[in-house]
Amino acid sequence: MRRIISVLLENEPGALSRVVGLFSQRNYNIETLTVAPTEDPTMSRLTVTTTGSERVIEQITKQLNKLIEVIKLVDLTEGAHIERELMLVKLKATGSQRAEIKRTVDIFRGQIVDVTSSVYTVQLAGDSAKLDGFIQAIGATGVLEVVRSGVSGIARGEKVLSL
Amino acid sequence: MELLSGADMLIRSLQDEGIENIYGYPGGAALHIYDALFRQDTVKHILVRHEQAAVHMADGYARATGKAGTVLVTSGPGATNTITGIATAFMDSIPMVVLCGQVASTLIGEDAFQETDMIGVSRPVVKHNLSVRHPSEIPEIIRKAYYIATTGRPGPVVVDIPKDMTAPNDRYEYVFPKKTKLRSYNPAIRGHAGQIKKAVDMLLAAKRPIVYAGGGVILGKASGQLTEMVRGLGYPITNTLMGIGCYPASDKQHIGWLGMHGTYEANMVMHNADLILAIGARFDDRVTNATEKFCPGARIIHIDIDPASISKTISADVPIVGPVDSVLKEMQSLIKESKVRPDADALAAWWKQIDEWRAFHGMRYETSDDVIKPQEVVEMLHRLTNGDAYVTTDVGQHQMFAAQYYKFDKPNRWISSGGLGTMGFGLPAAMGIKLNFPDEEVLCITGEGSIQMNIQELSTCKQYSLPVKIINLNNQALGMVKQWQDMNYGARHSHSYMDSLPDFVKLAEAYGHEGIKITRKEDLEPMLKKALAMKDKLVFVDIYVDPSEHVYPMHVARGSMKDMWLSKTEKV
Repeated sequence: MRRIISVLLENEPGALSRVVGLFSQRNYNIETLTVAPTEDPTMSRLTVTTTGSERVIEQITKQLNKLIEVIKLVDLTEGAHIERELMLVKLKATGSQRAEIKRTVDIFRGQIVDVTSSVYTVQLAGDSAKLDGFIQAIGATGVLEVVRSGVSGIARGEKVLSL
Repeated sequence: MELLSGADMLIRSLQDEGIENIYGYPGGAALHIYDALFRQDTVKHILVRHEQAAVHMADGYARATGKAGTVLVTSGPGATNTITGIATAFMDSIPMVVLCGQVASTLIGEDAFQETDMIGVSRPVVKHNLSVRHPSEIPEIIRKAYYIATTGRPGPVVVDIPKDMTAPNDRYEYVFPKKTKLRSYNPAIRGHAGQIKKAVDMLLAAKRPIVYAGGGVILGKASGQLTEMVRGLGYPITNTLMGIGCYPASDKQHIGWLGMHGTYEANMVMHNADLILAIGARFDDRVTNATEKFCPGARIIHIDIDPASISKTISADVPIVGPVDSVLKEMQSLIKESKVRPDADALAAWWKQIDEWRAFHGMRYETSDDVIKPQEVVEMLHRLTNGDAYVTTDVGQHQMFAAQYYKFDKPNRWISSGGLGTMGFGLPAAMGIKLNFPDEEVLCITGEGSIQMNIQELSTCKQYSLPVKIINLNNQALGMVKQWQDMNYGARHSHSYMDSLPDFVKLAEAYGHEGIKITRKEDLEPMLKKALAMKDKLVFVDIYVDPSEHVYPMHVARGSMKDMWLSKTEKV
């Protein structure tokens, strides 16, 4: 099962490597990983998407919690949540393709952020499935380069992950 | 205002932390610290011959006293040599602080002489590690290191100290923090009351209960509470290898230790139990055998300070996260208050069954008129030391024989690398204990393979007068490897023997100690007595034992707990 685990971490050198090290030491998967400081510069917010059985996910959250620098964490997939990923993608855009790509970008509510005579660079945000859907709609042959940020997530409603 | 250099702050912090002995080896990056050590006499330093031994010494001390051990080494090879010792402590949750020199912060990352990323190298085998980034942080970091090492589930903490952080001319105000608090680290201080109540109800309703206690009982200093509770209930108790001594082995409710080489009765009781009360144990693979076949009829209460140990390999029905001593205390008072008593008829029937299992096997081995059996050596040592010695071991057959035939009635006396299984642990661990308990008998039961992994420490023993007794169960083979090859590899003894063993008597003498070689059965008792009578001498007792002996019982691989070999020919 795919899970999104959101972690508040001390913003200290080496803290991230402990998290990443834990996943490889214990043979857990990392599908995506994002990390950046929060509004409080002493803390980082880290989001990791992973897959595993119920038992593995329970171990992942427990083992993460055991790391001294982990302040708090939440498995966002346990409740209603919003997930977003940012993608920048370079597409081959010549001749009649240009209009077709423009239409597809509009349908997916993306933006063309850079243009040359043969290339569109598109920015698209959404959940991971939407980004996958866009690539599928364009077709692999038209895609020159893809860069994805990995998933960030936040709980819906009043729930807050903070100190 | 008192101004101190980083090196002086470090030593002063150790003093303020109450550290008496540290174990280590100097080198370039640690020289400022060694100079500060030289200029005081409160903290005593023991110079080992290899850094791994320093860690095992600190570990032996920690296991025997329950306090954190302390190690001091230099950067690079000094630091990497500690890794096996740190991993050993980590697997067995032993509190320890390892102070490592590092190249100057200005050189880090430049592949400087004796530079190793010790923070990175040690990360998978420490509870935590800390790096000094300004000399003034040192007192705070040292306090934090001991706090983390000794609280919650204990473990080793590494502190990496770049050389410029200890420079003699950079002085700062010394303030030792009285308390330390980390917002991201709050170990449980008591168990959940509702869960404890539920556990007590289940415990009192059980028909075929078993208490399964682990090393956490010893680390949590809860042997007293455990013994009181189990005696009051009249239930059978088993313990893990790491839990040996947490409940008196001579007590009739104690059915021996469990697992791969545990007693027949302990494994049978576990398999047939309807309730398992696991306390400070972690359902390790050497206990459970195949997890999918584990104790099919049992409901499980699991008490542990580490939530990640609960439901890791075996799901718990009632998890309780908390310190073992406080949880047991609360359970005991609920048991006393409760009107429900254990079902006497069910318990009597259970004990009748247990006694039948005991009678069926118990611990036994075939004696011989000609060769010395390793088991009889251990039994004799138990008798000659009144069962009251500190016993360290290395790893292999001798370790299992020692655990099976030396019956411990007290905690903290069985000192063995259970989790990592580190050969070379026994001698330095014994040294760490002897140094701190000079009047106690300290035995290192070892084998001719293991002892050679840290044999150089005989020199340290001479320097600091550490008269431990080394009992070398010499079967001229890596016995446990050979046993597995006998059982699983058609007796093809691939590299499990040594052709050119040293003359251990001469070796001991070369280091300035006594050596005794025993080959004949009739010499065993008088020679052991003679060795033990030499109170102020390290005696290396080299005993030639039956090379064909195997350790039994032994779990049948991939079976359940009840599937065991009881001898070379009997399988149940």
